Amino acid sequence: MNVVFWILAVITVLGGLMAVTLKNTVHCALALTVAFAGLALLFLQLDAQFAGFAQVLVYIGAVAILVVFAILLTRGSETPSEGVLSHTWFAGLLIAAAVFAVLAWAVLKSTAVLQHETAAPSVSVQQIGSALMGRYVLPLEIVALLLTAAMLGAVMVALHEKGEQK
Amino acid sequence: MTPLAEYLLVAALLFAIGLAGALTRRNAILVLIGIELMLNAANLNLVAFWRYGAHPELLTGMMFAIFSIAVAAAEAAVGLGLVIAIYRHARTTDLDEINRMKG
Repeated sequence: MNVVFWILAVITVLGGLMAVTLKNTVHCALALTVAFAGLALLFLQLDAQFAGFAQVLVYIGAVAILVVFAILLTRGSETPSEGVLSHTWFAGLLIAAAVFAVLAWAVLKSTAVLQHETAAPSVSVQQIGSALMGRYVLPLEIVALLLTAAMLGAVMVALHEKGEQK
Repeated sequence: MTPLAEYLLVAALLFAIGLAGALTRRNAILVLIGIELMLNAANLNLVAFWRYGAHPELLTGMMFAIFSIAVAAAEAAVGLGLVIAIYRHARTTDLDEINRMKG
């Protein structure tokens, strides 16, 4: 029984739960940051240091800030009077519960998860760098292109429309 | 339970929470937050399988997770840009009110 893992798991799941249940949207974004931080710590717990720090940089550093910006730009922090749930909320909740039940059943029944603790792999950043520049160079270039296109696309989409008064 | 099963269960729970958020909230930004949680749960699965899998020295799962983080960042940027564009057009981010494809 790994105590650190369970503490991190509880932090992550509670953060996620609060991120989708709180009424105030800004509070949701802050809870989302907690969930991201918990996930980064879980990555560190899994000996994936590089992925953990990438998670901190990309999610806490960029995505969470972007979400806060979007909330403030759209006046989304005002709680609507008619409630925060859509009118199909019950079906959505049912679908999510069914998905979790199927996933948990599959995990608990599977024989693939029965392998025991293996020695912690030691992965240096140098190994990751040479893998990115060698075996994974084509995906790396494609991701670079995708990020450039996504950045240009986001700017184009969010530009002011023609003839719109401010 | 083995450690791998514990990580997979946490990831499944996080995925279900994200799915519930994406399906039940009215605000478009909250739907995007739910999608981000689902992507993160998938990343946790990838890293857990890499750690407890057969050949961790090949780095396959971790590389997949890193590329997935990059793609999720692109998704977040475009998604929030779309939300801002829709807000500017319709003056709302309430998904129950945005029910026309034609502006």
